[in-house]
Amino acid sequence: MDRIPILKMGAFLLVTIQVDMHDRLAMALQDDLSNKIVETGARGVLIDISSLEMVDSFIGRMIANIASVARVLDAETVVVGMRPAVAITLVELGLSLHGVRTALDVERGMELLETALADGPR
Amino acid sequence: MVVVRRAALEIRREEDMVRVRRSVRQWADELGFGLVDQTKLVTAASELSRNALVHGGGGTVVFEALEDGPRRGLRLTFTDEGPGIPDVELALSDGYTTGSGLGFGLGGAKRLVNEVSIESRRGAGTRVVMTRWK
Amino acid sequence: MANGRLAQVLERHRAQLSSDWIREQTADGVLRDTRIDEAELRGQCDEFLALLVRATLEGGTNVSGPAFAPVRDMLERMARWRGERGFTPSQTALFVLSLKKPIFSRIRVDFEREPGALFQEIWRATELIDSLALLTTEAFQRGREAVIARQQAEMLELSTPVVKLWEGILALPLIGTLDSARTQTVMETLLQRVVETGSEIVIIDITGVPTVDTLVAQHLLKTVSAARLMGVECIISGVRPQIAQTIVHLGVALSDVITKANLADAFKLALSKRGMGIGARTGGV
Repeated sequence: MDRIPILKMGAFLLVTIQVDMHDRLAMALQDDLSNKIVETGARGVLIDISSLEMVDSFIGRMIANIASVARVLDAETVVVGMRPAVAITLVELGLSLHGVRTALDVERGMELLETALADGPR
Repeated sequence: MVVVRRAALEIRREEDMVRVRRSVRQWADELGFGLVDQTKLVTAASELSRNALVHGGGGTVVFEALEDGPRRGLRLTFTDEGPGIPDVELALSDGYTTGSGLGFGLGGAKRLVNEVSIESRRGAGTRVVMTRWK
Repeated sequence: MANGRLAQVLERHRAQLSSDWIREQTADGVLRDTRIDEAELRGQCDEFLALLVRATLEGGTNVSGPAFAPVRDMLERMARWRGERGFTPSQTALFVLSLKKPIFSRIRVDFEREPGALFQEIWRATELIDSLALLTTEAFQRGREAVIARQQAEMLELSTPVVKLWEGILALPLIGTLDSARTQTVMETLLQRVVETGSEIVIIDITGVPTVDTLVAQHLLKTVSAARLMGVECIISGVRPQIAQTIVHLGVALSDVITKANLADAFKLALSKRGMGIGARTGGV
């Protein structure tokens, strides 16, 4: 089974989700990320979903889980690039993704992470 | 009201869910739904296919393109032979059940479409029909 | 076949029918209306007659059958054409109905010696023309509905102007009532512009929204939530005291939504969030 690649960018990890994910793949990503955070001592995780045409409750919860797990492992998570149609649908679905930081794109996401780390623990 | 086109897909494995999403996207696009409405339909279909697969032990989805005078719509019927939903009303509410996670999918999904009907009896499977009009 | 006789009447007297028919319509005052000139009218009549002759030869008087498809299409086009130019449904149906008298005249001449068949053919012709006239009315209706739908869409678009106030700051001055359909369009347009301009702050000004009830407030908050999911911050300006009460009523965590009394204050806040401010010019002019 293909696994979603995780890139190391300095103190951060970057995940770009490009495929139409099925559930198993999503679970594998959660595992891989948690391991990688510990392995690399990363302080931040960027999840790029600009290619996703849909986010349902399962994927939404996975993202929220990743953020929670990352926080326990002392890393901040930022989700970037959510498409307008996806955002509107998620709001209708009732998923607020509270506690997950968001940004327009990878560049701004990195700025956000750097600010968050500089500011110290929340 | 007339059914102008009809097709069915099996939902037996996780890969089928991906196929269902793609088909819904295509049907919705061909019916002239805008991007946001397409996304709502695909998302609702994703929730319901997951229910059929994870809780129903597998099932089928029937696609129907509808014409009601000048209106055009897409109707999706998800059927499974699973254990059934004991409390349909609860499942439809916004109650977010952890663990089985049944409540969340349906409650939210119903807001993404215009019409929803659910038939489910304990031990007798579930049938969910959703329709969205253009 | 008895059916074929009506078709023969139409075919044999086509030229005469055409001129009689045009005279009927002119007499009704259609031509005095400058919306259609004689050449255009003649074109439509000739086209219709040609199609009608062929259809009746093939398919009798069954207007919903396949032989009449070209006739139905032409009537659909003609009805929409007239609808767009402001003709009434009656005037449009009259196009077809005014063909009755000319046809009856021809039938009376052709069947002079067969009174039994005469009545039958007149009846057949009546049924045919009436059915076609009804089709015309339905087509007219559909055309009208299409125009209305298109105008509604255009109005929705026009009423959602998104303005770039500054680098990274967009403003959306809302005017008029906010209902579900409108909010959807507003959200889509706004978020699309956010992506196009890469703006991280949006000011939604509701000074021009007359009523903000709980439903409208919910719609607004949905827009704010959707923007937030994209990493965009929203400031709502033009908040009057009653609106503030409604938001509180909704039990919304106020810390989630920044509100300002007017657009100017909202703009100042947005600028400061981007590390900028407005100050007086120092030194000489």
